[in-house]
Amino acid sequence: MCSRFPISLALLLVLAGCHKAGSDIVADKGVANAGGVIDTALTPGVGRSLTTLDPRAEKYYDNGEAVMTGKRLFGQYNCSGCHSNGGGGMGPSLMDDEWIYGGRLEQIHQTLVEGRPNGMPAWGGKVPDEQLWQIATYVRSMSLPATLAAQNGPTPSQSPAPVPRAADEDTGWQPPPGTTNDYTTTVKGPQQ
Amino acid sequence: MKSLWSVAVSSLLPLCAAAQTVPAPVPQEEVFSASQIGQALSAPTPNAGKTAPSAANAPPDDGQWTMQAKNFASTRYSSLAELTQDNVKSMQPILTFSLGVNKGQEAAPIVAGSTMYITTAYPNFVYALDLSRPGAPLKWKFAPKPLPASQGVACCDVVNRGGSYSNGKFIFTTLDGQVIALDADSGKPVWRTRLANINAGETITMAPLIAKGKVYVGDSGGELGVRGWLIALDENSGKLLWKAYNTGPDSEVLIGSDFQPPYPSDKGKDLGVSSWPAQAWKIGGGSVWGWPNYDADLNSIYYGTGNPGPWNADQRPGDNKWTTGIFARDPDSGSAHWFYQFTPHDEHDYDGVNEQILLDMPFGGKMHKVLVHPDRNGYVYVIDRSDGTVLSADPYGPVNSSKGVDLKTGRLIINPDKQTKLGEEIHNICPTASGAKDWNPSSFSPDTGLMYIPHENICMDWLNMEVNYITGTPYVGANVHMKPGPGGHRGEVTAWDPVRRKPVWVVKENFPVWSGTAATAGNLVFYGTMDGWFKALNAKTGDLLWRYKVDSGIIGAPMTYKGPDGHQYVAVLSGVGGWSGAVVSGPVDPRDGSAALGMVNVMSDLPKYTTAGGTLYVFALPH
Repeated sequence: MCSRFPISLALLLVLAGCHKAGSDIVADKGVANAGGVIDTALTPGVGRSLTTLDPRAEKYYDNGEAVMTGKRLFGQYNCSGCHSNGGGGMGPSLMDDEWIYGGRLEQIHQTLVEGRPNGMPAWGGKVPDEQLWQIATYVRSMSLPATLAAQNGPTPSQSPAPVPRAADEDTGWQPPPGTTNDYTTTVKGPQQ
Repeated sequence: MKSLWSVAVSSLLPLCAAAQTVPAPVPQEEVFSASQIGQALSAPTPNAGKTAPSAANAPPDDGQWTMQAKNFASTRYSSLAELTQDNVKSMQPILTFSLGVNKGQEAAPIVAGSTMYITTAYPNFVYALDLSRPGAPLKWKFAPKPLPASQGVACCDVVNRGGSYSNGKFIFTTLDGQVIALDADSGKPVWRTRLANINAGETITMAPLIAKGKVYVGDSGGELGVRGWLIALDENSGKLLWKAYNTGPDSEVLIGSDFQPPYPSDKGKDLGVSSWPAQAWKIGGGSVWGWPNYDADLNSIYYGTGNPGPWNADQRPGDNKWTTGIFARDPDSGSAHWFYQFTPHDEHDYDGVNEQILLDMPFGGKMHKVLVHPDRNGYVYVIDRSDGTVLSADPYGPVNSSKGVDLKTGRLIINPDKQTKLGEEIHNICPTASGAKDWNPSSFSPDTGLMYIPHENICMDWLNMEVNYITGTPYVGANVHMKPGPGGHRGEVTAWDPVRRKPVWVVKENFPVWSGTAATAGNLVFYGTMDGWFKALNAKTGDLLWRYKVDSGIIGAPMTYKGPDGHQYVAVLSGVGGWSGAVVSGPVDPRDGSAALGMVNVMSDLPKYTTAGGTLYVFALPH
């Protein structure tokens, strides 16, 4: 979860009229910190007001070199051991349109830094931050329409497209506009 | 928005479908025939005696099923005969029970007295059902709450191979490396011992073996650079009695003066160090996640060791002792009696952990105490278990990675054409990484003298790549793409005659057979398919006698028992998954053929046939 989550959770408590002991104080603190009323939603991080992009992510957009460096590092740090070439295995698929912890570049970076409870190791402090951004950029590229369209044969993500800035203007829990990578929507049964 | 999406998706479907086509099978002429590569020390002598387990290893059947393999001989055979080849067509489901876990279910239910015990895949729930009451209501449920992060170091789905009942306790393992003994009546823990360290890549998926007042358990993690071991715990207290590593110095492998391996290549000091590059044995694999046996005849423990790590064999020149082989050990001290290496310097992930069936069998004109072991490398080994000598080794699946076993030296004869190389993709290697057969156990019927081997017919392309060891992450170094073996069907059940060294019948299946088999005195063999059929075959002929479609693919091990009402029941868990089923039960995308260690390439159509699930099914004749 992103670091804003505790704040939005506190807000949810207020909005839901939850007045258990102590929750008001937490909520007040949250509002005070945020400096005003913030729209929120059930999906964490959804809504433009909560999706201010991390300025550190800026230089990795539209950056072909970062994607290719990330691809190399993805192999060297054994990311591919769990996530294969994006299709997953021990870890989840990264080339589909399902993001458990958010799919914006900065959210992926945060997942790399912090690790996640179901087996994703925390790499912050172990791998240079610049490299974590580059890996995140490659991961973000895997589900881009251009990257998926470039797949030739059974191994995807070999010609990863740079990540357009526009791809992350959505919330990160939905595929970017025009993405057609949801193979799970319709699975046909076997030919009789 | 919705309609726009569906238009866009459907327009892309043909492209996706093309990427998810199961590749063409390997041509028949690319694999060796049994007559080309099968070897034996002498011709079959079937008239020298009857093939059967000893009474000590397979006591008379009491109608219970208290350990995964049924008995120490691991026959998975029941002498119950209410169900027969003639009446099985009337068999019906009488009970189902949702496991609440939609991952690969590999355990056989355990029945002791009037209670059935079931372990699930992660999060490793244990259920006790009261068979004496209508509907078999829940007596208790135990949730061990394994560390969630353990899921991230489990190579091939988050499976569990079941528990075992002994002396009022139900003992099982958890993915995060615990062995837990529950009071069988109350479900309360008697002891719990943590053995594995998930931060080092260690997990536990195997069923514990309980014998001689001890619990024998090993670690999984051959794809994560673990150092494999087998541990003996005290059955009453959970205290560690001994630990034997499968790599490293003799003192830690528990190799001492009474170690007498049958072949010269296993003799020498500290081979577990010297057969590796410097320090590589410390992260060299040799995990233990299959089926140890206790042999009451010879007072010995046998267990297979897993693949060496990393998969990329260029990074570990040498024989990589004591991986991909089998140890015989003293059950009390752990000291090694003998060792035999099925696949020295394994280049194809051929773990040696598959089951052994302990039999008294005629060979060379007289009776031998043998173990019969269908290995991942494609051969059924018949080994004299008194000293580890290989009596015969014959292919039961597609093989071209080797050209037989040299019975003078015991050594597998490598086919140089299929050796893996750094930076060069080697095509059509048979069998595949998961082997001619993976974890799923065979059964043996003393009535027919046949062993019922559930297995795969899959080959692969393999590309070695440099890999760095990073603690707690995969240590593999190979890009693999699997494909069907000759004929295109991906699975088989083979009725194997270990005396005559040949199959009597073979049933072909579209998908790899990832379930175990169980045999009964009613001339029946049971198994399940990954597309969800539970089947009964005629044990003599292989004819299909009965089948029933369950909710999800079956990779579990069937079992049979006599209920409190005196009737015979057959039980199995559904729930597709495991390495081969991860494309359905796991977070895996079928568009990446290299996903799930290359298995997805050959299983990308499974989502068309089944969905994730997890249910106990119990069958019986109407009564």
